[in-house]
Order: sequence, then structure tokens, then C-alpha cells
Amino acid sequence: MSTSVSADRAARPSIINPGRFASLADRAIPWFAAATLIAFAVGLYFALWASPEDYQQGATVRIMYVHVPAAWLALFTYLVMTSAALGTLVWRHPLADVAAKAAAPIGAAFTLCALASGSVWGKPMWGAWWVWDARLTSMLILFFMYLGLIALWRAIDEPSRAARVAAITILVGFINIPIIKFSVDWWNTLHQGASVMRFDGPTIHASMLVPLFIMAIAFMLLFTTLHLATMRTELLRRRARSLRLRLARGAR
Amino acid sequence: MKSLQVAELCVDRGERRVLDRVSFTVAAGRACAVTGPNGVGKSTLLRAIAGLTGIESGTVTFLNWDSERAGAIHFVGHLDAVKPQFSVAENAAFWCRWLGDGSAGESVVEAALDTVGLLHLAEMPAQFLSQGQRRRLALARLRMAPRPLWLLDEPTAGLDTASRATFAAMMANHLAGGGLVLAATHEPLGIDGADELRLAPS
Amino acid sequence: MSLGALFVRDVRLAWSAGGGGPVGVIFYLAVSAVAPFALGPDLPLLARLGPALLWIAVLLALLLGLERLFQSDQEDGTLDQLRLGGAPLELVVIVKAAAHWTAAALPLIVATPLAAILLNLDGATLALTLVTFLLGTPALALIGSIGAAVAVSLRRAGVLIAILVLPLSIPVLIFAVAAIEAAGAGRAVLPPLALLGALALVSAVVAPIAAAAALREID
Repeated sequence: MSTSVSADRAARPSIINPGRFASLADRAIPWFAAATLIAFAVGLYFALWASPEDYQQGATVRIMYVHVPAAWLALFTYLVMTSAALGTLVWRHPLADVAAKAAAPIGAAFTLCALASGSVWGKPMWGAWWVWDARLTSMLILFFMYLGLIALWRAIDEPSRAARVAAITILVGFINIPIIKFSVDWWNTLHQGASVMRFDGPTIHASMLVPLFIMAIAFMLLFTTLHLATMRTELLRRRARSLRLRLARGAR
Repeated sequence: MKSLQVAELCVDRGERRVLDRVSFTVAAGRACAVTGPNGVGKSTLLRAIAGLTGIESGTVTFLNWDSERAGAIHFVGHLDAVKPQFSVAENAAFWCRWLGDGSAGESVVEAALDTVGLLHLAEMPAQFLSQGQRRRLALARLRMAPRPLWLLDEPTAGLDTASRATFAAMMANHLAGGGLVLAATHEPLGIDGADELRLAPS
Repeated sequence: MSLGALFVRDVRLAWSAGGGGPVGVIFYLAVSAVAPFALGPDLPLLARLGPALLWIAVLLALLLGLERLFQSDQEDGTLDQLRLGGAPLELVVIVKAAAHWTAAALPLIVATPLAAILLNLDGATLALTLVTFLLGTPALALIGSIGAAVAVSLRRAGVLIAILVLPLSIPVLIFAVAAIEAAGAGRAVLPPLALLGALALVSAVVAPIAAAAALREID
């Protein structure tokens, strides 16, 4: 019997290499930035002026147009990181880890945005800055997961090792998100003594849906712009790192 | 006949290519010394063959072996894998059970400790061992489970002359039984007619 | 058989000199004893909050030993040898997590009646708390093994492991405390207990795969 172990990672062709990505990103970022500005201008106009007030909540309902898209994007960013993690583990694509690492702070920022807007929204509605509402609680845990991942990346110096370890952690977190969501919902219904107002539901009127939709697109464009820019920065940082390493080795 | 064939092996550490298209063959009954300056990738080569480090490209073939890779290899690295809280005999007995097929009894452990000259210290907690004694305890693993390929990383570091002679005899015995030895070393292996694989900085 | 040897070895290491076993129990009792100083010696209040306090103490005590779960074996070369044995790394992870549970969690469960006296728990609540410990702590040990494997080669890994593991541990905490509360309120105890068991099973599948994958990344 013979056992043979072989690998051939080097020759695998890659459609998108870091160099080509950088030049593409450089060209795309201004366009996306402009589109983001326009979408926010339109979206905020609708959200702040051209949409009706809620008959119960009054003007505070307008916070929803920031809160709900931010919460969506917080989850969407984790989805992006999960697919990037698969890219790292399965295809070992050099850009996949850059994408995951660059997305984490953005995801954390969106989560924080959702938490802060939820808190501001909650103050007039519940009379407290923080209520252990199921959605807010899940968001808080997601926020801690983002922070943990960022801390993990910061703790490992070497990008190639950090990449795969972080990818494994991201996937474990991905499996856990539905479990956390379910358990927090379950926990929340158990403890629902006071009548807690739900943030959204099927009762949203169409006049509110349109601005919400535009704001969601604006947030999506914002994410794309930021993600491209941070990926670009991360690529530069890595190139500087490997140049320094080569310099140190050449100096002997 | 058994042999270890390495072809076009490339291994990266971080972003640096440490081993670049390394090819060689070790036949049964042969010893091969891996030499070269510090940082040239001797340890990495051994770890890659043992499957402890991922390889970037290339092939490691175990031709005509009757067991899986992990079960065919003894690896003695820089670290001795000795738990200071346990006695010499307890350390040895655990590795005998873990690396062997479970059939080896106490006599095998005692014989191995005797070979490396640690039998009289068997009940001593390992924290009291000197550097050289720990090394010998690590080398005793080689005698406790029969495995055809020995991957040794500076095996004689910290050993005195007498222990080196004992270890050379262990290797000669292993080779005579059709075993293979691949050792990264800065010093002569102590085996007549050992091949040499010289790694050069890339 | 050699997996049994690994299990025995790990449990003995945890309870030999310099191991984390006894420290964890002392920590657990100390945290339980400190709580009344913060809450006041109000016995009915302590009895109401007791199970939750015990669960927090267990969660923290189990985090203590995680840092060394794989790190001590990685530092002295043992992990390399473990990978060269016949058993797949996933099984090694399960056995080491089981040993961690036996050495770290089981003593806490044994010490719980003592802590329960300090917190004025009645017999039925104590029994149910012990059941939730038996179901929930294996899940915690398994989830913890992922964090320990991810941070194995890092300096100051302890805090990082806590940050990574705590969010994943929240569902365990929720269902465990919910089961005890359900009994107090006269609701069905079985659903949360079943969910707790399900969590243990899910982590028994996910944790070995994830931890072994992380351990293979060391070189």
C-alpha cells in the first residue's frame, strides 16, 4: 500500500487577483460614493419630510428609517463575512480574508448604529434608554461577536494564519446566530411582563415602505463604498508589511 | 521495498516560501541527514512530511507502506513532549499507549527506558530531569512503538558523548531492520554511509 | 483505549500541582459567597436570584481553565505527538473537552450544594439547578474548546477566549435559568431542559470539527 499526499495550491488560477482588484476598486469607489450620497439625499428627504407621521408614535417613527436598514446591514455584513470565510477555507482566495477582515469593523459600526438608534427610539416609547427587547438583545450579542472577531484579528500578527483561524470562528458564529436569535426570542417572550412595543411588523403602511426601501438601498451603497475602501487600505497595509519583512530579511 | 519520495515540495511560512521545489528519495534501510544554515527550512521540511504543516504544492509519497501516514512516523522535534508533573515512567507509558497499537505492555516501556539509560530514574518526576535526560526520554518514544520512518529534528542536541553513541546504535538498529531515518542536524549523524540533503537558502 | 489514557492523563494533569482544577472550585465558591455582600443578606432575595448567580459563577469558573486546554500541550510539543497517534484530531478534541468537563465542571457540580446553602436554595431548586448543570456544562466545555483552539498560540489568550466564547454561551445560560424559573412559576420544565440538551448535542457536533480545524492551523 502506498500513501501519497500532494497539494497544488500555487497553480490555481484566480480570476480576481489583488492587483486587478485594487485598480478596479480605485475606479469604482468614487462612483459608489456619489451614488451613496444621492441615495441618502433622496432617502432622508422621504424619511424626514415626505412620509407621514405615525398616528401613535408621531415623528419618532422616523428613527425607523435609520434603525431598520442599519440592523439589516449589520446582519448582511455578517453574511458577507461568512461567504468570505468560505472563500478562505475552501478556495484559499487571497482576497477573501481581506474582504472578511475589512468587513468586520463596518459590521460592528452598523450594529452600533442599530443599537444607538434603537435606544434613542426606545427612550420616548418606553421611557428608558435600554429595554431588553428581543431584537435589541440579539443585536447586542452580534455586536460582541463582531468585537471578538476584531480582537482575534488584532491578536494574530501574521495575516495568512489569522485568515484561516478567523474564518473558522466566523463560521462557528454563523451557526450560532440563529440559535442566539431563537433563544433570545424565547427568553424575551418568557419575560414579557409589560407590553413591549414591537419595532416593526406587518402593519407598516405603504407610504412608509417606500422611504424604508430607499434608505435600505442607501445603506447598501454605503456598505459597498466603505467595504471597497477598507479592503483597498488593508491590501496596502499588507503590501507594506511584506515589503518591510523583505527589507528586514535582506538586511540580515 | 519501502521508500519515502518527496517531489517538487513547496512550503510557505507566512508569505515567505521556505521550501522551494525540494525533491529527494529515502529508501528503506537508509539514513538521510538534512543540513543547511539556520532558517533554511530543515524543521519545516520534517514537519511537512509528518503532516504537521500544510504544503503549498508538490507530493510526498510513502511507497509500499502498510500503514497510514500518521501511524508510520515517529517525530522528534525541538520540544520533548514531557509533562513535568508526571514521573519518567508515566510519561513513557502514556506515549507507548498513544503511539503504539495498544498491545505493548510494561516490559516494552521498561526496555525503551533501559535503552536510553533512564530506567533507574523511572519513578522520578520529570521536572527534576536535566535537559539531556528529557531529550533521552523523548528519544525513548522511538523504541516504544515500531514505526518505519523516523523524522528527527536535531536529535542529539544536549546529549553527552555516551548518549550520542547509544542513540547512534539505536538508529543503526532501526536501519538494519529496514527503517528509514530523516534527520535535520548540524553535526555528523554517527551513521556510516548516511546520505546528505543540503538545503540552500532560496 | 489510548483515548482513555489521554482522558485520564488530562484529568490528572488538571488536578496535579499547578493544575487549574482546585482553583476553579475555590473561585466558584468565592464568587457565590461574594454575591450576598453585593445584594445584602436578604435570604428570600438570595433564594430567588441564587440559581442565576450560581450559573454565572459556573460560566466564569469554566472560562478560567480554558486557556490552558490546548496551550499547555502546544507549548511542550505534546500536541504534535497527539496528532501522530492513530486517533483523528476531532476525537482528541472531544476527549480533551470531556476531560476538561470532568476536571473542571464536575467538581463545581459537586460543590454546588455547599454554594446552595450560602444562597439559601431549597432542596427542589437545588436539584433542578444540578440537572441544568449536568445538561448545560458539557455544552459550555465544548463551546469553550473552540475558543481555546482558536487562541491556542496567542499570548494573553485568556481574555480573548472569554470574549469569543461568552456570546456563544448565552443560549445555554438562557435555557438553563429558564428551566429553573419555569419550575418556580409552575410552568413546564421539560421544554427548556430539552432545548438545553439539544444545545449540548449541537455543540458536540460543531465544536470538535471547528476546534480540530483551528488546531491544524498551528505550525
